[in-house]
Amino acid sequence: MNEEHGSIFDGLLESGDSGQWAFGTDFEDPLAGIDTTTPDGVDPAGLAAYCLMLGDDALIMSQRLSEWCSRAPDLEEDIALANMALDLLGQARLLLARAAAADPSVVPVLPDGSPVPPEDRLAFFRDDREFRNVRLAEVPNGDFAHVVVRLLLFSAARLAVFERLRASRDQVLAAVAGKGVKELAYHRDWAGRWFLTLARGTEESHRRLLAALDALWPLRAELVASHPLERSMAGAGVGVDPASVAGEVDAVVDQVLAVSGVERPERAPLAGVGGRTGRDGMHTEALSRLLAEMQVVARAHPMGRW
Amino acid sequence: MSAREARAGVQAQEREDRATVQAQERAGRATVQAQEHEAPATVQARKVAARRAAEAAEVAGRVRDPEMPMLTLADLGVLRGVEVTRDAEGAEVVVASITPTYTGCPAMKTMRDDLVHRLREAGFERVEVRVVLDPPWSSDWISERGRAALRAAGLSPPGPAPRRSGPVLLTLGPKRAAPPCPRCGSADTRLTSEFGATACKALYRCAACLEPFEHVKEI
Repeated sequence: MNEEHGSIFDGLLESGDSGQWAFGTDFEDPLAGIDTTTPDGVDPAGLAAYCLMLGDDALIMSQRLSEWCSRAPDLEEDIALANMALDLLGQARLLLARAAAADPSVVPVLPDGSPVPPEDRLAFFRDDREFRNVRLAEVPNGDFAHVVVRLLLFSAARLAVFERLRASRDQVLAAVAGKGVKELAYHRDWAGRWFLTLARGTEESHRRLLAALDALWPLRAELVASHPLERSMAGAGVGVDPASVAGEVDAVVDQVLAVSGVERPERAPLAGVGGRTGRDGMHTEALSRLLAEMQVVARAHPMGRW
Repeated sequence: MSAREARAGVQAQEREDRATVQAQERAGRATVQAQEHEAPATVQARKVAARRAAEAAEVAGRVRDPEMPMLTLADLGVLRGVEVTRDAEGAEVVVASITPTYTGCPAMKTMRDDLVHRLREAGFERVEVRVVLDPPWSSDWISERGRAALRAAGLSPPGPAPRRSGPVLLTLGPKRAAPPCPRCGSADTRLTSEFGATACKALYRCAACLEPFEHVKEI
């Protein structure tokens, strides 16, 4: 038993003003002590928008993964999905905080005196059109094969981007990437192993895997497509152009497909609206529904302390 | 036994713990820094500062991890440094730096609160806890004392963290040779899941004694 935390109420019994520590009620800046100066020659608004892209991918994917909580086929996989959701939520928090620090004008304005910190404002008080995530992250969950395929495609691309992002001139991005690489390697391996297991499992698991792969494949291209902002941030030495790692990502996905004896689907990428996709704030209807559920409590209490 | 008595017992036990290596190093360095030819008042001030820094490091070094309480934050390698500085008005400020094991580690707040609480109890009025992200935490930072404590508590300590350069290779088989069972020592153990009750642990089962156990992952 953990004697140091015998009861969460212990702190209340203490004299003095330290009782609050038992509950950890105050907010802290997740980037406290980290240099958040925008590197020389980098457009702060561009950097903020770029951080929103990476942060929103993680946030929305994390939300979808956490919807699996208590619904996975067994306890171990339930815990695994929750763990991965938590890793991505941690990345999202830092990246949204970094966006806010680079360009405070991206942060939604709340009533004076609201204690809601910038990263929470960005997560809970933006509308769908202001989200910059890829559409792969937002589509509704399906069966277990669906989450396996989604995680494989998502983490293969994100890991390749993060490997390069470790060399970012932006200290926060470099640090988030350095840590994220270790986490994403576990996510990708988990998805790869389950992909293989389902592919080589029963007729039913094989059928479901192919169905999930077919459904998600059109959303894959967006992960490694090059957005003008990503290109410009890559040019400035702070970001990574996903198109530059497309070959690497392909190789990893093909490796999993080959081991699993699964053919590469032949499906065209899901078109954008007038060429605009998730990175431009153009989403599927699923994002609005996801946000409605994720944001409703926070929006009802803009002065809330959590 | 009341919670207060229990806590007093833990504190008494902790007082007997050796001061952390970190504290000793800090104290040593501060002493060396005290120059011989300074005015007596300056020398005195330096000595006091060095003593306070060593005290703060010792107090912080005794704070335990909320999720693996057999380890101190220092043993886990999460406590990256403790410094005593002065603010613009000359008031003493303790700055403790911690780093998360995983980015989303939900225990960071509790760690911070515990550090602040303990340092305040020890008479340090102003305490700041900073989060350091770079370099990222590695399981290699768990001390030998920490590894022994993990084993004693039935947890399997991590092996050497993988050294990476270039693209991370896809691993579809087991990530590591299965660790021996921390309970019976058998080498016949199997991975149940790479993700355990906390982000930093994997789940294994021993085929000899049939007990499940947790393994601290190599990262």
